[in-house]
Amino acid sequence: MSDKIEKWLETNTFHHGEFWDVLNLVREKEKKGLKISLCIPTLNEEKTIGKEIVILKSELVERYPLIDEFAVIDSGSEDKTLEVAASFGADTYLAADILPEVGDKRGKGENLWKAIYQLEGDIIIYVDADIKNIHPRFVTGIVAPLINNDTIKYCKAFYDRPMAYSSGIRSSGGGRVTEILIRPLFSLFFPELTSLIQPLSGEFAVRREVLERIPFPIGYGVETAHILDVYREWGLEAFGQCDLDQRIHRNQSTNALGKMSFGILQTFINRLKSYGMVDKLPELATIYRQFQAEGNRYEQLTREIVEYERPPMITIPAYREKYGIED
Amino acid sequence: MSSKFNSILDTVHPHRERLHSVRELLLANAMMIGEIPAPTGHEADRITFLTNRYTEDGLQNISIDEAGNGMAVIPGKKGDNNILVCAHADTVFSPSVDHAMSVTAKAIMGPGIGDNSLGLATIVTLPEILKRLEIGFDDNLILLGCTRSLGRGDLGGIRFFLENAKHPIRAGVSVEGIQLGRLSYSAIGMLRGEISVHMPYGYDWAKFGATDSVAILTKVVQRIMEIPIPMQPPTQIIFGSISGGTSFGTRPTSANLRFEIRSEKAGMAAVLKEKIIDIIEETENTSNADIQFSSVAERQTGGLDYGHPMVKTMRKILETLEVKPRIEPSVGELSELIERGIPSVTLGLTRGENKNEFNESIDIQPIFGGIAQLIALLQSIDGGLCDE
Repeated sequence: MSDKIEKWLETNTFHHGEFWDVLNLVREKEKKGLKISLCIPTLNEEKTIGKEIVILKSELVERYPLIDEFAVIDSGSEDKTLEVAASFGADTYLAADILPEVGDKRGKGENLWKAIYQLEGDIIIYVDADIKNIHPRFVTGIVAPLINNDTIKYCKAFYDRPMAYSSGIRSSGGGRVTEILIRPLFSLFFPELTSLIQPLSGEFAVRREVLERIPFPIGYGVETAHILDVYREWGLEAFGQCDLDQRIHRNQSTNALGKMSFGILQTFINRLKSYGMVDKLPELATIYRQFQAEGNRYEQLTREIVEYERPPMITIPAYREKYGIED
Repeated sequence: MSSKFNSILDTVHPHRERLHSVRELLLANAMMIGEIPAPTGHEADRITFLTNRYTEDGLQNISIDEAGNGMAVIPGKKGDNNILVCAHADTVFSPSVDHAMSVTAKAIMGPGIGDNSLGLATIVTLPEILKRLEIGFDDNLILLGCTRSLGRGDLGGIRFFLENAKHPIRAGVSVEGIQLGRLSYSAIGMLRGEISVHMPYGYDWAKFGATDSVAILTKVVQRIMEIPIPMQPPTQIIFGSISGGTSFGTRPTSANLRFEIRSEKAGMAAVLKEKIIDIIEETENTSNADIQFSSVAERQTGGLDYGHPMVKTMRKILETLEVKPRIEPSVGELSELIERGIPSVTLGLTRGENKNEFNESIDIQPIFGGIAQLIALLQSIDGGLCDE
């Protein structure tokens, strides 16, 4: 297990700095005849959407034609998200207007799903709209592994979350929901998936052949469901992940994270049911897997955690004797 | 007006419209530059951004000099002369300030976006702009991102460049993000000074009349304000920053004042400097405090006349754009250019607000007129229309 994860980390984990030569990526994309679409799902993002469009369009459409199609798919914003997006030349769509015959459901997953119908790329890149420090690396870092490596089908972003650390080693983790919910669940049921450092990150690039074959929860569980379904169908080798350094965004309240966790847990348990794992739970693993980074090299930290249980005190003879409890 | 100049003026409006095609490139450059912290003396990352862009654009003679200035050359068809287009790269903001920019359909907000991320972005984008507008020059165009411009930097970047420039410069244009209509063609006499008050070790706080450093510095400020200042030619003393002390009830042992004298009258800054030094010496003798004066930067008055062909040309270009000229002398890069006898002006590119505040902002739409004026001026210089 650990060997496989270590090898995967070595071959399928990247740093955006490896892909600084965007011109080379464009050439490779053209050589392979790939069409690439970028989708930004939005809901009331007027404060950050303009900058994302200006910078990504300038750098990756005008300066280097890496992105062939650039779209904002909106869930019905009540602010000026669509007005700002359109003013900088993005194609804007209301999710409700795409595939109207299947109805309209409210949620980020709905926008991601409808993008598959609306956009024509062989690869679709999804980038959240709330990134304050947007930079072309948020796109090049996750699409480059798919352009360069035909076996990678789904590439996730992960970020440096500033933490106090001394020497050259730092702990490298996901967000709070990842560390408290996802990583323990994956460690128990799908240990190989713990090698994804930030499975919930909102930036990922996927091949159409994968997107069109997986279901989409429309709410909080979409990223988790994707990972489980892609893993089950194509295995760990189908994943890539790329370090994009820092991402500055809105910090969510603990209440909001609680709601998110509830949705993710529903999705996770539904997946266990559909995989037939509920009645036949596997031997539960006792190894908990986290990460540390040294420079751009990542390695797993494994720790055995065995939840030993004591019996009720009343079953202990000495206790019964002390308190005069008769059989 | 010559027919050559008329034909340049005829292109100002069409250029302004066609410049919309570079909107995303320009705004992206402005925001990416704006998000790189660059306090005076620490502009290296911004200059690297600039030179990387020039490398991508295939420019020639791209270099970073010993003062950290970033430079590239767009070679002219003849290349007999050189025109300098410069913008300062430093800001007044420390790296700890949140440099994130935000953009709406009409404006960009963020610290330093007007002073001078937009100016620097314009010289970064200029090669692509000229390519798209299919404009070439007979003269070489030297594009320069200057370091160490503000405050204690004292124009160190441009001074180093001019002292070491290998080729003579025919004319200079300094580009500032704000305000559109700004037309600076003269350098204002300036003295930038700092006054520090320190209470000596063993100072007798119990003595009658004993006072602290802030009170003493305040007396100095009061005395400076009593100096008669001529209304004409305009002269100002600006108290830019004052600091001292740590709490409500602790006597401060040191205090510091930063100020700037600006005067359009030759020699006035030096006269006021002498008066301020007299005040300091007198206060020092009567208070037993240690009071130090240091001169951080000085500039001489000088510049072009209102009727100089370059100034007349610029006025006409602004008139064509229906922008009212805002004539104001400069203490920036222009001072160094003028001191060396290089005919030069400083231009602003767009309207903006809250300069040097955290909520600094610029309007997007006027930028295209601002760049069109810059191009028209460069064409005029190139065509010999700004020569005396």
